[in-house]
Amino acid sequence: MSKKILSPLPGTFYRRAAPDKPPFKADGDVVAVGDVIGLIEVMKSFIEVHADASGQIVKFEVENEEPVMAGQALVELV
Amino acid sequence: MALSRILIANRGEIAVRIQRAAKELGVHTIQVHSSADTESLAVKMADEAVNIGPPQASKSYLNIDALITAAKATNADAVHPGYGFLSENAAFADAVEAAGLVFVGPTGATIRTMGDKAAARAAAIRAGVPVAPGSESTLRDTAQAIGLAGEIGYPLMIKAAAGGGGRGIRIAQSREELEAAIDQAGTEAKAAFGDGGLYLEKFIPRARHIEVQILGDGVEAIHCFERECSLQRRRQKVWEEAPAFALTAAVREDLCASAVALARSVAYRGAGTLEYLYDEAAQQFYFIEMNTRIQVEHPVTEMITGIDLVREMIRIAGGAPLQYRQQDVRLRGHAIEVRINAEDPARNFRPSPGAVTALRVPGGFGTRFDTLLYAGYDISPFYDSLVGKLVVWDENREMALSRLRRALCELIVEGISTTQSLHQRLAAAPDVLSGDFHTRWLEQWLIEDSYRTPS
Repeated sequence: MSKKILSPLPGTFYRRAAPDKPPFKADGDVVAVGDVIGLIEVMKSFIEVHADASGQIVKFEVENEEPVMAGQALVELV
Repeated sequence: MALSRILIANRGEIAVRIQRAAKELGVHTIQVHSSADTESLAVKMADEAVNIGPPQASKSYLNIDALITAAKATNADAVHPGYGFLSENAAFADAVEAAGLVFVGPTGATIRTMGDKAAARAAAIRAGVPVAPGSESTLRDTAQAIGLAGEIGYPLMIKAAAGGGGRGIRIAQSREELEAAIDQAGTEAKAAFGDGGLYLEKFIPRARHIEVQILGDGVEAIHCFERECSLQRRRQKVWEEAPAFALTAAVREDLCASAVALARSVAYRGAGTLEYLYDEAAQQFYFIEMNTRIQVEHPVTEMITGIDLVREMIRIAGGAPLQYRQQDVRLRGHAIEVRINAEDPARNFRPSPGAVTALRVPGGFGTRFDTLLYAGYDISPFYDSLVGKLVVWDENREMALSRLRRALCELIVEGISTTQSLHQRLAAAPDVLSGDFHTRWLEQWLIEDSYRTPS
């Protein structure tokens, strides 16, 4: 059964800590509860998004630097 | 030539503030906005509004081409940059002037000089303004650093030349600590900023942040006294006062005169602020940097002097000379501003965007609330968390604090979390009441006191 990791806040989603850094997670990676899967920039602050479920990443549903709503699915896991 | 159509290259409460000043001068207001700000108060109030791009600031409020295009398309004759965004961007000031429009602020050349740390420091030294003792250029090696440290005296700061905003700073109390810190700081600076250059600066424990407001017309310059802005979190001011109550009259006079000397020496045009660190024990002030724009906390200066700073900026930009002589600027009473941010103090100041379901704005004598809020407004996650500035004035500091407590009780913002509760606690904190604080006080207090006991 697939699970989704949702954005805790509205803002802009980032998949890497800095433009020259590798992405936190890639498609196919295994994630554990608490792993950082990305950042949300909200009001000029960067908030880490932690996985609240474990599994393997099927795909990211939001691209790097794309705007997101609170509760929007960021990642699909199996 | 007086201006007739002004484009406001900003958003939020400062856009509202600029519109008010412009309208009072009979100037037509053109408000640019991103697609996230179509329902903003500034857009609703403006005579005219132009969409300049998507929500991300880099694609709208920081997009110089889009702003110049909008200004030309709307026949603007001037551009007000507000604060933040492009307000201290020399290339933007140049682009505005190159398009045949007036930039409401100093020239691009002035912004360039004062925006460069070393150039600003050199200009201050030439104008006779005290600067914190330190190395004049980046350090060659540890031996040179130890020699210089002997002249400057401990404690001192080891700063990364390419750092900023408080990053890349270490403090050394002794020669041993200096040697260790130089090795680590050089490596860290190289990794973080790609530049291992370091310099030394005297560290002032328990320093206050004090800043002087100046106004210039490109020839003459005056000061509008100073502000005390030591209450900061992560180097962001949260509470500001005017005047700086810790200064004696003699120190105030010297401080303000030094600011005017520097402003005159660069033929400053517009509103600007010179920031200083103040060593209270030694009664010594040191210039740190100049902000070549209007500042968030300008209202406290307006409250104690009766001068509308934003209106003066627009008049000066229109070519008018300063209408005040120094002796016309009188300091009366005391003013305090607290920043109401959409953040939750109980959750480590986590941002709290969203819809404001109810709003009650404080009022009454000596009370001012500059805000972007209205009931039903949906606060965007894309921009700064500042949603309002509660400003009070009264005859003295004690009465201003009492008025602040009263006004804070009147304020109601429902639907989001704000820093109102932080300010209610601060306005009752003994150190704040006695004025016994410095730039590191608030962060310490937040750890030790603020949420230890439930309110």
